Amino acid sequence: MADLKTNFLGIESPNPYWLASAPPTDKEYNVRRAFEAGWGGVVWKTLGSEGPPVVNVNGPRYGAIYGADRRLLGLNNIELITDRPLEVNLEEMARVKADYPDRALIASIMVPCEEEAWKAILPRVEETGADGIELNFGCPHGMSERGMGSAVGQVPEYIEMVTRWCKKYYDRPVIVKLTPNITDVRKPAEAAKNGGADAVSLINTINSITSVNLDTLSPEPSIDGKGSHGGYCGPAVKPIALSMVSEIARAEATHGLPISGIGGVTTWRDAAEFMALGCGTVQVCTAAMTYGFKIIDELTAGLSKWMDEKGYTDVSQVVGLAVPNVTDWKYLNLNYVAKAKIDQDQCIKCGRCYAACEDTSHQAISMSADRVFEVMDDECVACNLCVDVCPVDGCISMVPMAAGEVDPRTGQEVQPEYANWTTHPNNPMSKAAE
Amino acid sequence: MAQGQMVPGIVSGRLSSDELTSNFTDLHPPLAGHEAAVAADRCYFCYDAPCVTACPTDIDIPLFMRQIQAGQPEAAGETILTQNILGGMCARVCPTETLCEEACVRETAEGAPVEIGRLQRYATDSVMTAGDHPFERAAPTGKTVAVIGAGPAGLACAHRLAMLGHDVVIHESKPKPGGLNEYGIAAYKSTNDFAQVEVDWLLKIGGITIETGSVLGESISLDGLVEAYDAVFLSIGLAGVNALRTQGADLDGVRHAVDFISDVRQADDLAHLPVGRNVVVIGGGMTAVDAAVKSKLLGAEHVTIAYRRGRDAMGASRYEQDLAASHGVKIMTNVQPVMVHGDGAAAEIELEYTASHDGKLTGTGEVIRIAADQVLKAIGQTLEGAPEGLALDGSKIAVDDAGRTSMTGIWAGGDCATGGDDLTVTAVAEGRDAAMDIHAKLTA
Repeated sequence: MADLKTNFLGIESPNPYWLASAPPTDKEYNVRRAFEAGWGGVVWKTLGSEGPPVVNVNGPRYGAIYGADRRLLGLNNIELITDRPLEVNLEEMARVKADYPDRALIASIMVPCEEEAWKAILPRVEETGADGIELNFGCPHGMSERGMGSAVGQVPEYIEMVTRWCKKYYDRPVIVKLTPNITDVRKPAEAAKNGGADAVSLINTINSITSVNLDTLSPEPSIDGKGSHGGYCGPAVKPIALSMVSEIARAEATHGLPISGIGGVTTWRDAAEFMALGCGTVQVCTAAMTYGFKIIDELTAGLSKWMDEKGYTDVSQVVGLAVPNVTDWKYLNLNYVAKAKIDQDQCIKCGRCYAACEDTSHQAISMSADRVFEVMDDECVACNLCVDVCPVDGCISMVPMAAGEVDPRTGQEVQPEYANWTTHPNNPMSKAAE
Repeated sequence: MAQGQMVPGIVSGRLSSDELTSNFTDLHPPLAGHEAAVAADRCYFCYDAPCVTACPTDIDIPLFMRQIQAGQPEAAGETILTQNILGGMCARVCPTETLCEEACVRETAEGAPVEIGRLQRYATDSVMTAGDHPFERAAPTGKTVAVIGAGPAGLACAHRLAMLGHDVVIHESKPKPGGLNEYGIAAYKSTNDFAQVEVDWLLKIGGITIETGSVLGESISLDGLVEAYDAVFLSIGLAGVNALRTQGADLDGVRHAVDFISDVRQADDLAHLPVGRNVVVIGGGMTAVDAAVKSKLLGAEHVTIAYRRGRDAMGASRYEQDLAASHGVKIMTNVQPVMVHGDGAAAEIELEYTASHDGKLTGTGEVIRIAADQVLKAIGQTLEGAPEGLALDGSKIAVDDAGRTSMTGIWAGGDCATGGDDLTVTAVAEGRDAAMDIHAKLTA
């Protein structure tokens, strides 16, 4: 079995799975249960400044959307940072870290955007023996109205400034947690790096209203008939997170900056994908909140098994493997030609491919009276929609054409060499191939 | 005190009331809301869906599945009832395993179709439980139509005509409306007096009068009806039963399965309903299975279905055969009755093995005798009491695609008429379609 031992910024953990800063990590009790279950690390629920703690609503904090059989696909929350006194959290963190020296324990912090506030809390955190800190510049609800959380994360200059303060007053690794509620995630990442951040973590949650109650006309979750946007997470946000992670991983300015990936990690496969896109660790919350801490057994065993199958012996070997394959559209090979192919033996004749293609795409699938569905190569643009809507895994595949074959749609021979939009004759900006 | 299965002869009270109640509960309990949502979610919303093609009433199944998924089971019910006003009963009794569910692509893919029948029940129940009748009558046309027989075809025809603004009088020979839904369907498929509940619900459309005890050829005549009404729809079913031409067929204990089934359906107290210790049912159709399973549920010790051809030729679907087998009914195939033995009452039946040569069935000469204190004949029903002058096709009233008979102004549908299988759902389709043709004629 591949060893999942992870070293991220010098912080060691027995596996790359950390629990994200969230309700599961709000208390010593939960964190001890998580460590007993086998989690590699935790990012403790976000600490605020000393003084009266924040208060939470006394009604629903979460809203959800579901797939079939009430499978939870997306969760949003309007919970704030820890509502327990700073002192209590710090004492608990110190006790837990002392008892579990082999696990990563990171303190998430969100205090006002003033140097004094950071200067005051950082030594206190350092005393707990925590392995590092994570700056919560991400939460989009509640705290952002008070100039914290995503309100900071949306202004790269603030990120850089606060990161600088943290590096000044704190000796251990500083991770900056980024908000996705921004147009270009590379900017805050770059700001974090410029401020001296050791790593970024992303994504935090996405502004969301999960649903509207059509009887009361209140957004959900509803507090006394009113709703406020909350932070969206869970499996539904994973594609957004993967893209943002990949942008940071491949951008010139931030390439190589360590990343802790967050956003809908539910199975080992999700984790492996985040790691392949450049994440040294992954953080999990919704899956644990949905199924409990025991999922760590599948997460670790699955990742280990996949690494064995692929011949990887150390998680660091996986990190970033897919990054070179993330590119801009303009560099995609326009000489690559594929055609959909329907395996008639596997086809169950539902006709979804036909409806999708005929109604909404390229009219490239024929239907016979006895429900045989066939791709018309002279119409097929290989858009993949038929593959995506087919209920039978593997029934429809995209088969690349070999160089030299004639594409019946265009009448053109498939060219062997790579050619992209930058040199395409239809591109007014293209430079003539020399 | 229950008498037990071992008491010889045809006796009542073999099982306790509790056992009988338990035995005659719903074969398929209704789906709860979450179950229904999950089950409906399995529908792939096929293009030009094969299940719809397979449904004699062309119910838009993918649409109603989607309506269940979207949290509106009543809307789903309306989708069903628009095509099939007896969608509630059909959900319970349709041989879905040979219709929509056989055609379901998930049957092809996994051997597990979307549970269309049970979901149809969920949807139609939600309409009927709410007490809604989502259909309204059109402006009165001033026309009146006579419907003969209040079975599925007659009820469907009457409802559609009433909806289109015509007044309808249904003449029914039996004391209660419903036809085979009331007197013939297996009790464990239609519980809680559902047939009557459904008729009451159907009549909410208004404009339909049912006259029970009204027998064609006795209290009413076809000539009289033609004179009194603007159109006549015959849905008289198959009132006759084929005779068993076997020695000993007149012994006590030998009777028609349809009568036995009717007794079960009409029984106030199943504990008072007699059944044999050793029951042999002759036949291979749904009626044979129903009679056999009911006998078992009433407490018969041994129940055997004896069918003269091979299993594949049985009219009962494989699902029905398995249902019988799961209740402990033994199915003997390729045996034909030779003689019922007994001194005044049946005691044994002698069966001869058969072989089929070029489609022709012959006895092999080898016989077997098995104990039989009750013999139930389920060898087919026949048209009986068809009015003079109507052209027949084979043994049924000849009709065209629109349900028109050879006589102007007279339509026919359901089991008594040609076309389609003898199924509730087919009868509903024929009644509905004849109504549309009658309407076209009356408003031309």
